[in-house]
Amino acid sequence: MTEETKPFEPVMIGFTCNWCSYRAADMAGISRMKYAPNVRLIRLMCSGRLDPTFVFKAFAGGADAVLVSGCHPGDCHYATQNYKAMRRFYLMKRVLNQLGIESGRIKLLWASAAEGQIFANEITKFVEEVRALGPLNWNKTSAEIPVETKEEVTA
Amino acid sequence: MSSEDKKPKERIGVYICHCGSNIAGVVNVADVSKWAGDNLANQGVVVSRDYKFMCSSLGQELIQKDIKEQKLTRVVVAACSPHLHEPTFRTACKGAGMNPYLCELVSIREQDSWVHTDKIAATEKAKAIVAGGVSRVVHHEPLIPLKVPIHPATLIVGGGIAGIQATLEIADAGFPVYLVEREPSIGGHMAQFDKTFPTLDCSACILTPKMVLVGNHPNVTLLTYSEVQKVDGYVGNFTVTIRKGARYVKTADCTGCGICWEKCPKKVIDDKFEAGLGYRKAVYTPFPQAVPKYPVIDDINCTYFQKGTCKACEKFCPTNAIDFTQKDEIMTVEVGNIILATGWDLFDARRVPNYGYGRLANVFTNMEFERLSNSAGPTGGNIVLRDGKTTPKSVGIVHCVGSRDKNYNNYCSAICCMQSLKFAHLVHEKTGATVYNFYIDIRTPAKAYDEFYQRIIEEGTLFVRGKVAEITDAARNPGEEGKLIIQVEDTLVGKQRRIPVDMVILSSGLEPRAGSKEVAKTFGISCSADGWYIERHPKLDPVATMTEGVYIAGCVQGPKDIPASVAQGAAAAARILGKIQQKEIALEPIRATVIEEKCSGCRICNTMCPFSAILFHEDTMVSEVNPALCQGCGTCVAACPAGAITGTGFSNEQILSQIDGLLLLTLDKKKEAAVA
Repeated sequence: MTEETKPFEPVMIGFTCNWCSYRAADMAGISRMKYAPNVRLIRLMCSGRLDPTFVFKAFAGGADAVLVSGCHPGDCHYATQNYKAMRRFYLMKRVLNQLGIESGRIKLLWASAAEGQIFANEITKFVEEVRALGPLNWNKTSAEIPVETKEEVTA
Repeated sequence: MSSEDKKPKERIGVYICHCGSNIAGVVNVADVSKWAGDNLANQGVVVSRDYKFMCSSLGQELIQKDIKEQKLTRVVVAACSPHLHEPTFRTACKGAGMNPYLCELVSIREQDSWVHTDKIAATEKAKAIVAGGVSRVVHHEPLIPLKVPIHPATLIVGGGIAGIQATLEIADAGFPVYLVEREPSIGGHMAQFDKTFPTLDCSACILTPKMVLVGNHPNVTLLTYSEVQKVDGYVGNFTVTIRKGARYVKTADCTGCGICWEKCPKKVIDDKFEAGLGYRKAVYTPFPQAVPKYPVIDDINCTYFQKGTCKACEKFCPTNAIDFTQKDEIMTVEVGNIILATGWDLFDARRVPNYGYGRLANVFTNMEFERLSNSAGPTGGNIVLRDGKTTPKSVGIVHCVGSRDKNYNNYCSAICCMQSLKFAHLVHEKTGATVYNFYIDIRTPAKAYDEFYQRIIEEGTLFVRGKVAEITDAARNPGEEGKLIIQVEDTLVGKQRRIPVDMVILSSGLEPRAGSKEVAKTFGISCSADGWYIERHPKLDPVATMTEGVYIAGCVQGPKDIPASVAQGAAAAARILGKIQQKEIALEPIRATVIEEKCSGCRICNTMCPFSAILFHEDTMVSEVNPALCQGCGTCVAACPAGAITGTGFSNEQILSQIDGLLLLTLDKKKEAAVA
C-alpha cells in the first residue's frame, strides 16, 4: 500500500522556441527559480516548427502531458509564426480530445525571454493540473505502435 | 523500435559537466554518466565521462582526445544552456576534425540542477535529457555554415552620447554610418545637462565638439528629424526604411543664420529641451550648438500651417531656404549591422502625487534643475524659484523618485545619487543656500565618485537618511509659513522630521523610452520586464543582442551614466568593426529545403513564410526555398502536408528521436509496470 500512497508524478514534454520561451526557461534557471521537475524541454527554432506529429509522438511515447510554448503574440522572432502555432494548437487539442485524451493534457504558454517566473509558475501549475487528471489513460499496447510520420506516409 | 535490431552506426561520446557544484550539487553526475555508458550503448555511446568543468581547456581537450582516439562520430555534452556554450563545444569538436554540427549540447543546468531541489528527480531528468540528446545526435548531419557578405555600412539609431561615440568610432575607422535621430539635432539628454559629475566639466563643452565631428564627418550620413520605420533582412544585409520628417527648410540653401527664428512671431513652450521652463519659436533649432544647424518648422504650432497666413520666416530668409511644400521622405538604406542607442525617458514625477510636482510651484524635477542651472538655460544659470527672481535660501533634494519603489520602478536608476550630489554642489556654489539631501542609500561606486561624495559632505550639505513621505505647503508649525515642508522619517535618528525649504528638487529616475517595446519589435530584439533591452549575456556580452547584427549601447540597455554609455557605444562599435573586417559572416545553417520529388506543388508553404523565401516554379510546379532569405523558423517544414520540406538542424527525425530519448526511461518503467 505504501507504493499506492506515493503521488502520481506525470511525465511531460515541453516544446519551446529558441528566442522567447527557451530563454524564459534559461532565465528561470539563472534566477534559481524552482519548479516541478516533471517537464523535459525540446528546443525548436520557433513554435511554428511544431509539427502535430511531435505532440502525438510524445503521447504515444508515454508522456502524460505536452506543453507548447512560444513568444507572445506579436513578439515572434519570425514575425507571425507563433500565430500559426496557436492555430495548430487548438486543432491538436480537438483532435486529441476526439482520440480520448483530455484536452487538459496539452497547454499553450506564451513566455517572453524575461518571464522566467511566469514560465516556472505555469509549469508547476500545469503539473498539478495533470497530477489531478492522473496517468494518461492510453491502451498499454498502443505505446508500442509507432506513430507514422508524414515521411513514411508519402514514401 | 526495438533496440537490439541493428548495430549502431555512430560512435557517440557523452560528456557530463559538473559545472563545479552548479550541476553536481543537485544531479548525481557520476550516476548519469555511468547510466548513459551502460544503457545507451545500444544507440552507439562508446564513451561516457563526467568532468568538473567541461568548458575549461582541459575539458575540451578531453573531448578532442576521445574524438581522435575513440574515433567518435558524434558528441553529446550535457552542461549549461546552448545559448551559453554551444559555440564553445562546437569549436572544440571542429578542432579535433569533427564537423561542429555533429555536437549536441543539452542543458542540465538552467533546466535541471538550477531549478530543481529533489536530487533523485533531478538526476532522473538529467538522464532523460542526456538520452534525448543521444537519440537526437544520431540524426545530425554535417553542416557547413552559410557565408554571406557583410555590408560595410552601419545604422545607428539615437544620437545621444552613446550613439555619437559609436558613430565616431566606426566612421573614423573608415566605414560608412547612417545616424538616425528623432529630434532636429543630435546631442540627446547630455546636451541639456549643465555640469557632469564628478569632474564638473561643462556638459556642452565636452559634448558639442563630438557633435561637430559627427556633423562634418565624410563617412557619416546624419539623418535627424527621422525615424526608422521598418527593418528587413538579417545580419550583414539589413534593408532599413527610414522616414525623414519634413523640416520645411531646404538644407542645401540654409546657412543656419537664425533670422527665421528671430522673426517667427509664434512662441511655444519648449517642453523637450528646456523641460518646459523656456520658450522656443515655431521654427527652431533645439539649442544654439545644434548639429545640424538647420532649423525645423514645427507644423503643429506654426501659424501658417494652422491658419494659412504668416510666412514671416519665408519673407525674411536671406537664402530662400524655407519650403512649406516639403513632405516626409521615405528612404531605404542597406546596412550590415545596427546599433540601438535610443536612450531613456525621465520618470514623470506627477505619478508620485504626495511629492506635489505640478501642484506645488517650487517643486522641480532634476531635468528642470539642469536647465535652471545651465548658463545657456532660460534663467541664464540663475537658480531661482518658479517666480523667476527669488533665490532660494534652503533647498531639499529628494533621491530615488520613482526608483527603488515597488509602487513605481523596482530598479535603481544608477545616476540619481551622483546627480543629486552634483545638484547640492551647484546650489551651494551658486546660491549659498542650505542644502538637504534625502536619501535611502548613497550609491557612489565608480572612479572618483565616493571622493566627490566626501567633498559634498565637507561643503556642508546636510544628509537625511529616509524616504520622503510627503512634500506639502500646509504649515503646521511656526517658521513653516510660505515654505515647502518635507515630511520624512530620519531613520538614523529614528524620528519623524518636518523640514521647511524654499525649493525641492526631485531626482526622478530613468525609464525605458515610451514605445521601446514597439522599437524592440521592429528590430527583432527582446525587452526585460521593465522595458530595457536584453543583452546577449548580462556579464560577458553586454552590447550584443540575441539577434545577430543588432547591438545596444547606452541607457537603452539599462540606467547608466555618461562614462558607461560612452564605453558601451565604443564597445558596440568595436564589435561591429570586427565583423566588418571579416568581410563575410557565417550564418547558422538552419534552413529549410524542399525535396523536389516529394513536392506536390500545393503551395501551402508559400503563404506560411513571412520572409517570402519560398518561390513557386510555375514550369516545374514545385516550390523552392531561397536559402539567403530563409530564417530557419521551420514553420513550412511543419506545414507541408507531403513532408516534402526538411529543416536542417531541426529535422523531423531529430525531434522525434529526441522525444523517444526523453521518454526512454518512462517507457521502460511503463513496460516494467505492465509486466508486473
